Amino acid sequence: MQIDITDGEIRNLNQQLHAQPADSTTKCEVLNPNGAHAIAVGLNAPLNVSINGSTGYYCAGMNKHANVEVHGSVGPGAAENMMSGSLTVHGDASQYAGASGHGGLLNIKGNASSRCGISMKGINIVVHGNIGHMSAFMAQSGNLVVLGDAGDALGDSLYEARLYVRGNVKSLGADCIEKPMKEEHLTELTELLKQAGADATADQFKRYGSARELYHFNIDNASAY
Amino acid sequence: MDKTPNTTPRQSSTFDDYTLSEIRRAAATGIYDIRGGGAKRKLPHFDDLLFLGASMSRYPLEGYREKCTTNVVLGTRYAKKPITLDIPITIAGMSFGSLSGPAKESLGRGASMAGTSTTTGDGGMTEEERGHSKTLVYQYLPSRYGMNPDDLRRADAVEMVVGQGAKPGGGGMLLGQKISDRVASMRNLPAGIDQRSACRHPDWTGPDDLEIKILELREITDWQIPVFVKVGGARPYYDVALAVKSGADVIVLDGMQGGTAATQEVFIEHVGQPTLACIRPAVQALQDLGMHRKVQLIISGGIRNGADVAKALALGADAVSIGTAALVAIGDNDPRWAEEYEALGSAAGCYDDWHEGQDPAGITTQDPELMKRLDPEIAGRRLANYLNVLTLEAQTIARACGKNNIHNLEPEDLCALTVEAAAMAGVPLAGTQWVPGQQTYT
Repeated sequence: MQIDITDGEIRNLNQQLHAQPADSTTKCEVLNPNGAHAIAVGLNAPLNVSINGSTGYYCAGMNKHANVEVHGSVGPGAAENMMSGSLTVHGDASQYAGASGHGGLLNIKGNASSRCGISMKGINIVVHGNIGHMSAFMAQSGNLVVLGDAGDALGDSLYEARLYVRGNVKSLGADCIEKPMKEEHLTELTELLKQAGADATADQFKRYGSARELYHFNIDNASAY
Repeated sequence: MDKTPNTTPRQSSTFDDYTLSEIRRAAATGIYDIRGGGAKRKLPHFDDLLFLGASMSRYPLEGYREKCTTNVVLGTRYAKKPITLDIPITIAGMSFGSLSGPAKESLGRGASMAGTSTTTGDGGMTEEERGHSKTLVYQYLPSRYGMNPDDLRRADAVEMVVGQGAKPGGGGMLLGQKISDRVASMRNLPAGIDQRSACRHPDWTGPDDLEIKILELREITDWQIPVFVKVGGARPYYDVALAVKSGADVIVLDGMQGGTAATQEVFIEHVGQPTLACIRPAVQALQDLGMHRKVQLIISGGIRNGADVAKALALGADAVSIGTAALVAIGDNDPRWAEEYEALGSAAGCYDDWHEGQDPAGITTQDPELMKRLDPEIAGRRLANYLNVLTLEAQTIARACGKNNIHNLEPEDLCALTVEAAAMAGVPLAGTQWVPGQQTYT
């Protein structure tokens, strides 16, 4: 099906997508998104949604099962709280991409702005370009893969998320440290790069994770903040 | 020669016993004091207001005979399915993690029996609560612990938490001793580590963003369920106005007596405004925007009895919410556990170290043995009883003021005992026509 949202009316679009059966793999082409917010949010079936243009805030928010593709750039909070499925962005992503995502793959072919992967809870994020400052802030679990460079304070107050960066890291945030790449990490990263169609090999990356020194409140760590 | 008389030893009002003990504790530990609950200091409150009752100019209604309705509908602005409650008293958000599973079940049982709603809290939605709550509000918090679209779609409303009265501008901390495997799993974190609940949302800042975030939540839920916005008592006029602008169906405003699971003592006692001071500015904002009664206002923070309920409604609220009182009703701080509270260095009625997870009453704990002490059926019945008493008391007052609907109570039914309360509530000082801060009525 093909839905034109020239007038910015997304209610009809989301309603039609929500009305699809739970096992539907229907293909839907969204025309003229023109930066509208909340496009293709709350999907709950393995739909294939292709958006021809750039979107506003929260594209594919809380997605479950669906594969959403944006032929343009996405505004803040793309794939926020995604549970499964995927969001592929052929352009750039604004702030908070993949925020609090629980699962699925967020594949950004361009760059991602600040706080990419903030509070992530199991989502896999692959950014083919660079990411901004404070990315993976308080990231809990999942993987953030960056083929380019990372900005300031990467992984600040990190929990158990794994961060892989091929380029330079401007600075690491509190309690984030470089960690050795072991076989399990190389295997995991190779699979993620393959899924994302990335032109890179796992051995080109460095891994960053939590030093786990802030896991229990200790007054002697107060200066870390 | 007679001995020179000694003056009686005098303790400083500034450096009183509590202050001295806190200085010593801080010096010994190097850590600020963390506790649960709300402000404990004496504050201007509903006790400083009185109802005038009916007299020559108004006639009362007969108790137990003439009807005084109490139901309230929440979420009439945009939601296709607003919530209808039998009583204007809801159960405030309290997290699973902070509270035990049986405690959440007790709240659900009691609220459903009394015809009202419960609210999830940080940490996600549990089966205990969803299964026993006829009407359940799902909180959408900065941490997003346990947030998922399936639970969102089975909620009766969603509550965007911007802040809470105990700590406007603050996040939370659930210490490792309460992070059981189940709590950890719901929050996607390792068991046994301290968990920080963020103080602001990860993907929006400010009212313009919030408007878009609320749009997203409405789209996900097909505009079916109401969207509440909860704010702490910081700048009630502007916070309420901006919540309306952002698209809220219902605004929950929590004063500084409102409880928290755990935060710094200095935060609880020194940030935010008393509940009494928050209501009139909030109502004024709604009235200035022409949205009073169209966007419903729920007031929380220190509601204890039917008089408090009636006073909050008279000042313009559509409903109130209770947290601390609900916990007491199901058994928190009960004297039957006095010896155990003392063994923890506290006392029944004073215990507030909820973050330590050793609650003898089995409420603010994840200890399986302690949890067994709370029978959800009995505790639920107690909560229902308490809610019924609050309602009967508020009706009693409403009838005495000549109202056949509890929501017909109005500021004109009130006077204040203190200048401060008169100024905050915008009602005359008792025995005068003087409302501080307003032009004198002549």
